[in-house]
Amino acid sequence: MTDFKVTPLSEDSFRNAIRESTSPRAVYDMAPGEAYTKFFEGLREGKILGTKCPSCGLVHVPPKVYCQYCYLPLTQWVEVKDEGFVETAVVVYIAAERERLEKPEVVGVIRLEGSGDRYRYPGLMHRICTEPEEVKSSRIMGAKVKARWATERKGSINDIECFEVVSWK
Amino acid sequence: MDPIRVGIVSYGFSGFSPSVPSKSFREMVFEAASKAYAKVGLNPRTDVDAFVSCKEDFWEGISITDEFAPDQLGGALKPVFTVTGDGLLGIINAYMMIKTGAFDVIAVEAHGKPSEVMSYGDIERMAQDPIYLRPLAFPSYHTVKALEARAFMKYSNLTREDLGIYVSQSKRNGLLSNRAPHASSLTVDSYLSERELVGPLSHSDLAPRSDAALVFVLASEGRARELTDSPTWITGVGWATDYHTPSYRELGRDIATKNASEMAFRQAGLGDPGKQLAFVEADERYSFMALMEVSSMGLVKDLRQPLRSGDLSRDGSLPVNRRGGALSEGLPLEAHGLARLASACDLLDGTGAVVSNMGNTSAVLVVRP
Amino acid sequence: MRPNINVKNRVAVVGAGLTLFRRRLMETPQELSWIAARQALDQAGLDFNDIDCVVSGSAPDAFDGVHMKGEYYVEGVANGKPHVRVFVGGGTGVFVPVAAWWHVASGLCRKVLVLAEEKMSSASRPHPQAVFKHIWDPLVEKPLNPNLIWIFAMEMHRYMYRCGVRKEDIALVSVKNKRNALDHPSAQAAAKITVDDVLNSEMLVYPVNRLDVSPVSDGAGAMVMVSEEWANRLTDNPIWVEGVGFNLDSTNWTNRDLGYPVYLKRAAEMAYRLAGIENPMKEIDVAEPYDPFDYKELHHMEGLGLCPPCKAAEVTKEGLTQRDGDLPTSPSGGLLGVGNPIAAAGIMKAIEIFWQLRGEAGARQVKKDVVTGLAQAWGDLMQVGTVVVMRR
Repeated sequence: MTDFKVTPLSEDSFRNAIRESTSPRAVYDMAPGEAYTKFFEGLREGKILGTKCPSCGLVHVPPKVYCQYCYLPLTQWVEVKDEGFVETAVVVYIAAERERLEKPEVVGVIRLEGSGDRYRYPGLMHRICTEPEEVKSSRIMGAKVKARWATERKGSINDIECFEVVSWK
Repeated sequence: MDPIRVGIVSYGFSGFSPSVPSKSFREMVFEAASKAYAKVGLNPRTDVDAFVSCKEDFWEGISITDEFAPDQLGGALKPVFTVTGDGLLGIINAYMMIKTGAFDVIAVEAHGKPSEVMSYGDIERMAQDPIYLRPLAFPSYHTVKALEARAFMKYSNLTREDLGIYVSQSKRNGLLSNRAPHASSLTVDSYLSERELVGPLSHSDLAPRSDAALVFVLASEGRARELTDSPTWITGVGWATDYHTPSYRELGRDIATKNASEMAFRQAGLGDPGKQLAFVEADERYSFMALMEVSSMGLVKDLRQPLRSGDLSRDGSLPVNRRGGALSEGLPLEAHGLARLASACDLLDGTGAVVSNMGNTSAVLVVRP
Repeated sequence: MRPNINVKNRVAVVGAGLTLFRRRLMETPQELSWIAARQALDQAGLDFNDIDCVVSGSAPDAFDGVHMKGEYYVEGVANGKPHVRVFVGGGTGVFVPVAAWWHVASGLCRKVLVLAEEKMSSASRPHPQAVFKHIWDPLVEKPLNPNLIWIFAMEMHRYMYRCGVRKEDIALVSVKNKRNALDHPSAQAAAKITVDDVLNSEMLVYPVNRLDVSPVSDGAGAMVMVSEEWANRLTDNPIWVEGVGFNLDSTNWTNRDLGYPVYLKRAAEMAYRLAGIENPMKEIDVAEPYDPFDYKELHHMEGLGLCPPCKAAEVTKEGLTQRDGDLPTSPSGGLLGVGNPIAAAGIMKAIEIFWQLRGEAGARQVKKDVVTGLAQAWGDLMQVGTVVVMRR
């Protein structure tokens, strides 16, 4: 068998080692594109907009200018009801940099109504305003939810504060 | 000897503009791919076996950027993967895949939206060794390339006037292209009047940037002939990665291009490529790189003579970038090699070499009608 | 189904090497790559000069903090030779041998060095997980400030709900793999733990606890893959790469059912078609399904067709996936036990199958006689499956 010749470092020995630090500066100004521009304009007006595929009928939310399954351009915009069902949900105790949150939050995927099949559907990841216990008991799964809109909206995914439970499965 | 030949049957592009603010990169790729498929009547959902995407995380501003590859190509729930590097490396992988016999039709995509990269120089610097080179904090990210340029000019006995001949010629060639927003009839004199930015390079030696996306479709011989009357055959491919540390490299020559071209020419059966090639499409992210590639591929003995006599101009015996290169088109990052390949396919009238050199990796393709 | 008759050139693995996996190694990415490569070449009985192509893989550039890092870590290994870096997120480690397969099967290369390297510890502040801050759709997802574990927890919960699987069933995978890793010389997170230990470990994102997840690691792995002619020259005991598969689903993970990995089913079908496998449940003797989280091993066994949908937890509970079981899975100890330097962890799985089929896995050698094995990885936004099938 082979000889393993690498050198593990403890946190202490790492702190005492000669090191070089570098903080990358990576700044971007990204074009949202045609589809997202309209989508965000819709959110500002309190509407969820999607693009409908003329072939398979799937409404794409978040919208695209093409259907990735039929490979057709999408030009038909439709308003999707701001209600749906909880496809999945979790209780988050940590955020992006693994920092622990003071108060756990519930986030999940909302399956929006109106099109799709068992495998594909219009849907968004978002916060769900409910108690952690409802997630841990899995009661939240399949619950009907509705968007709670922010009063001041600026064309962002955060124009929706969260999805609130309307009725349990 | 080898039963499977590989041909390029189609390509499509989007952009080639200093910036394309109205479309996301995905929408640009969708446009380019739709055009490529439409030209040969392909439905990517049923007719394409695999998809290759070429991109780098830090240019995209997305970590694990290959997540965003499939949909706009028609590749969702199909074999898709990413090559980190120039588009020609994607073509080379697709070429090998078809040669195994397991794939018939493959689409290759590369795109670049440098207009969205606000900290361009910092990203370039991040490609440097973080321990030995980056801490030196050279004032310009062009510094290492300038060192290379200086060494190359010394090795080849070239002056700034020689660079000027090339720059002027290539930017004029670009005037004939429909993808070259930076083409101009720049004269050698006005080139020489430019102040050096990072000696020996001045403003016109550095390719400006542009946003662009290109999609190519490759097919095995049988499929290629069904799809088009005029495929571009790939008869040789080569690629190589040189040392990362500049001080390990032989700066006057491009060893990666030398090794890659030897491999490609051997496969293509070119014993005397300098005579047998009808044209070269060279990487022009810096003016001198195109000349360095011509020399490193062993196509000329002494660069001065063909350069000064016009042999490398578009009417010469070994024209380089007949419709301009990155100096005219702008540099769409990883898509540059595919832009060169597109030019080769447009004008194909003999056997040609297509070269790109991104980072320390060079890729060479030999193509013919 | 029959093997693909169009593929004429066979490809074999003749050597492999693996560094220690640890939270923090002193070596640079270049040094890690060189060491793993050197070990693989030693086993193959070759030198760097004998190699004609290099194929490498590594996950996000942000870990090493180097843009275009493939060019960087490969110094000392490629040195003017043909080299390409391929990338499919977490699926990269198993994808590197997939790409190496066509380097050889195309006839272009004869002796290929296959390399995967990851140094996650360089991204030290505040935590390597911060690197995943930029994997999201910058406009629709990133403003919610998500952590990568959020979405895996969403997939896990969906899977639990759809298949009626409980957390304690899933924790058995972590218990098994961490224990298997006690016999792996590279292992970072080997341990004798119980289901209760998993359930009582720190809650990160319900339903994911700390011990449901693999650790952050540094490490590198390498293999040597060669043509049939060279395989026969170099060894009496080549392991053939008979099937390769890869598949990528839509970027929009919020638009598809997460309960069953369709992309992996497709990737496996591709590999099985090439390898001429008709019934994977019967024909695969040993498997290394990708296990960055414990539920993923179960999810992947189902996608690979190693058991019927929603049955993997049951199969695990019955002990069939233990080293002495009928379908040993992750005999190496997996990512949960050996560690998870992303791309290197994937290749570690392929290397384990190589060693198992050669009968060189030492204390980890599975009890049954093994002829056909499979390694698999997964990644991106829960959308990619990569598969290699090897035979003795």
